[in-house]
Amino acid sequence: MEYKDYYDILGVKRDAPQDEIKRAYRRLARKYHPDISKEQGAEAKFKDIGEAYEVLKDPEKRAAYDKFGANWKEGQEFKPPPNWDAGFEFSGAGYTGADTSGFSDFFEELFGHAKFSRGGQRTSTFRMQGENQHAKIVIRLEDAYHGSKQTVTLSRAKVDEQGRVTTVPHSLHITIPKGITEGQHIRLEGQGMPGIGGGPNGDLFLEIAFAEHPLFHVEGRDINYTLPITPWEAALGATVTVPTLGGNVDLKIPPGSQGGKKLRLKGRGLSSAKKKGDQYVTLRIVVPEAKTEEQKNLYREMAEKMGINPRK
Amino acid sequence: MTSTLIHLSGTILDEDMECSLRDLCVMCNIPAEIIHEMIDEGLIRPRGPEPKQWRFTAVEIRRVQITLRLQRDLRVNLPGCALALDLLEELEELRRHCRRR
Repeated sequence: MEYKDYYDILGVKRDAPQDEIKRAYRRLARKYHPDISKEQGAEAKFKDIGEAYEVLKDPEKRAAYDKFGANWKEGQEFKPPPNWDAGFEFSGAGYTGADTSGFSDFFEELFGHAKFSRGGQRTSTFRMQGENQHAKIVIRLEDAYHGSKQTVTLSRAKVDEQGRVTTVPHSLHITIPKGITEGQHIRLEGQGMPGIGGGPNGDLFLEIAFAEHPLFHVEGRDINYTLPITPWEAALGATVTVPTLGGNVDLKIPPGSQGGKKLRLKGRGLSSAKKKGDQYVTLRIVVPEAKTEEQKNLYREMAEKMGINPRK
Repeated sequence: MTSTLIHLSGTILDEDMECSLRDLCVMCNIPAEIIHEMIDEGLIRPRGPEPKQWRFTAVEIRRVQITLRLQRDLRVNLPGCALALDLLEELEELRRHCRRR
């Protein structure tokens, strides 16, 4: 397994006092909270911070961790020395509300197991619904437009026969319904954390996010696309082929169109069974560069004959 | 041995969905008192005159769930959550606006 540098993760020195560790944790937790941060990888970072704090906030766990020495680097292959935890007794501490399901192997190996038998001890006395789980999945715009099948892998805490908590990857095959929009949630009943003591499982909520698309911008159910056209197409009108998520379509540009004009392709947005979305095509007029003398003369002729002042 | 892949289908929490107070409690795994407190704080607004007829939308479900996470992870109190949610929505709006340009 790989070594985790908990001090580095929290950005504190190895001899930092407890209150400094607390302050660093709170500052970083606010910054990287998945509901707040839109940064890539914020969720993983938030888990790392939580894991680091789970160990460093507890003087006993911190002391045990410190015994490995200061020479280890983040990500380095690591094997704890035999009996590294002799003389430490973690059993009283337990998790303090932290969601440990995504913690690293490093954490599980050293501090996870029966030492904090969250489920184990309670099994006989408690019956409790499993926790709801929340995850964000990034899908392609095309998958939302057509509907699709996806495989999602989540990390999940599992309690074995000895009541030990371990993290296992959990794959789910899910159907993405046609016309789902960004920010919507899919609720999968009973697919959350396992119930305790025979209680029902929690639910899984999947939040939909879209990967950046090279051509299209989405707003709710509507798709925006910018179409480059020539001045004569704008002035005289034309029929132009426009890409949509459902394939190419022909779009009629009315004569006398100005740059910035928006044309609507009805029903070409993200449409579900009940709701329709449209595609909006914004015209962008590309002004041809006058390179040769002949081309310049064309512009001069236009200047003379068109007699237009756009600032009036 | 052949195994068939079963694709799970869930409920989409879209703009059309509405749920009762009881549904909301079950979905978020919390007692109704907590929902009442959130309503008193103006954090969520049900439609309907009294609790039995209250209806909540996907937006409310989302706000309740984010609130629960902010409370658990960052120890933010209810007024703080209400403020954070409003600011987050505004931020989201601004981000969308920026992307359009």
